[in-house]
Amino acid sequence: MRFEDVSQAIGNTPLVGLPHLSPPGSRIYLKLEGDNPTGSVKDRVARSLIEQAEKHGQLAPGQRILEPTSGNTGIALAALCRVKGYPLTCVMPANTSEERKQLLTMFGAELVYSPAEEGSNGSVRVARELAEADPDVHMPFQYGNPANPLAHYETTAPEIIADLPDVAAFVAGLGTGGTVTGAGRRLKEWNPDVKVFAAEPEYGDLVYGLRNLDEGYVPEVLDLDVLDSRIKVDSRKALTMTRRLADEEGIFAGVSTGASLAVAVRVCARLPEGSSIVALSPDGGWKYLSTGAYAPGDVDEIADRIAGTLWA
Amino acid sequence: MPVVRIPTVLRRHTDGEAKLSVTGGTVREVFDELVAAHPGLEDQLFEDGDLRGFVNVFVEDEDIRFISGLDTPVEPDDEVAIMPAVAGGAVS
Repeated sequence: MRFEDVSQAIGNTPLVGLPHLSPPGSRIYLKLEGDNPTGSVKDRVARSLIEQAEKHGQLAPGQRILEPTSGNTGIALAALCRVKGYPLTCVMPANTSEERKQLLTMFGAELVYSPAEEGSNGSVRVARELAEADPDVHMPFQYGNPANPLAHYETTAPEIIADLPDVAAFVAGLGTGGTVTGAGRRLKEWNPDVKVFAAEPEYGDLVYGLRNLDEGYVPEVLDLDVLDSRIKVDSRKALTMTRRLADEEGIFAGVSTGASLAVAVRVCARLPEGSSIVALSPDGGWKYLSTGAYAPGDVDEIADRIAGTLWA
Repeated sequence: MPVVRIPTVLRRHTDGEAKLSVTGGTVREVFDELVAAHPGLEDQLFEDGDLRGFVNVFVEDEDIRFISGLDTPVEPDDEVAIMPAVAGGAVS
């Protein structure tokens, strides 16, 4: 495959079977989004956010882009902004890992930190304030931008259908809700019998960082009607499955992958014998090595220790 | 008895308790007893008799909105978890 620039090398990721982790009578496949140019599924989203804004005249040449992001979206936007000529500001919690800060800085992004104790809600709040104060910036806002689910509707799901036409169920993690909404909608249009499951990460207490429930947030792009169920996965289960994935299938993935895989294994029993399930792996494990998630030792202890910094 | 997990943000209404054992055969019955013991929770959990939008409730890890809502059955050794809705993504 030859591409003229990095933005064209996004997508067409491998769909890889898991012969050892699939329960008897089911076949689980992982869609390895870590194979995208900047190493995550967010390359698809970043390209869609920029190209839709260009298409609708919301983004002028050289205009600054501002986005709240806990990491992958920022890294993907930063790389694309480099080749497309847009300056970028990323708003992220102050306790973002060094790997991410260095990657973003290397790609030329400007970093603004929101209070660590406010979690990703804090990044959203700060980014909105900055965007309101500066009319010259464009904030794509992946949590509320239809270009986010559109990326999965137009690319992720069609790739799955092409590679596995008899897919019976799809599982992805809930962050912005873009993946389950966009890919789920397309898969159900293809075959209304396809089941769509969301894996809800059960973050450490720190991540919630709310003073009251009114500070909670449901992303506008999340369409609950596409979901057949939402299942929460705690850090211990997600980490256990992530480590088993490396140990038994030779795949090194981030912890969100373990969460979706745990849900995929759980829902196999609800599907007809012989069903094929696709779980989406949003990224590889490289960016999380410094968290200690993959260090030798007792999984329960590790999960407890890093519950607040584990998720992507 | 089912155990209800209380998120940090609501613990000021439960005297700091993170886990409470409550009887009841449905989420509604469990929450009624919970609210009777800790009246401050009522406004936090309910709006016009329905669960508030920023509250997610899971019985044995499954979101009750996709089962039977407040009528979702609760078995004696089930865990009922109350979780605030937050924007996705981590602090890592």
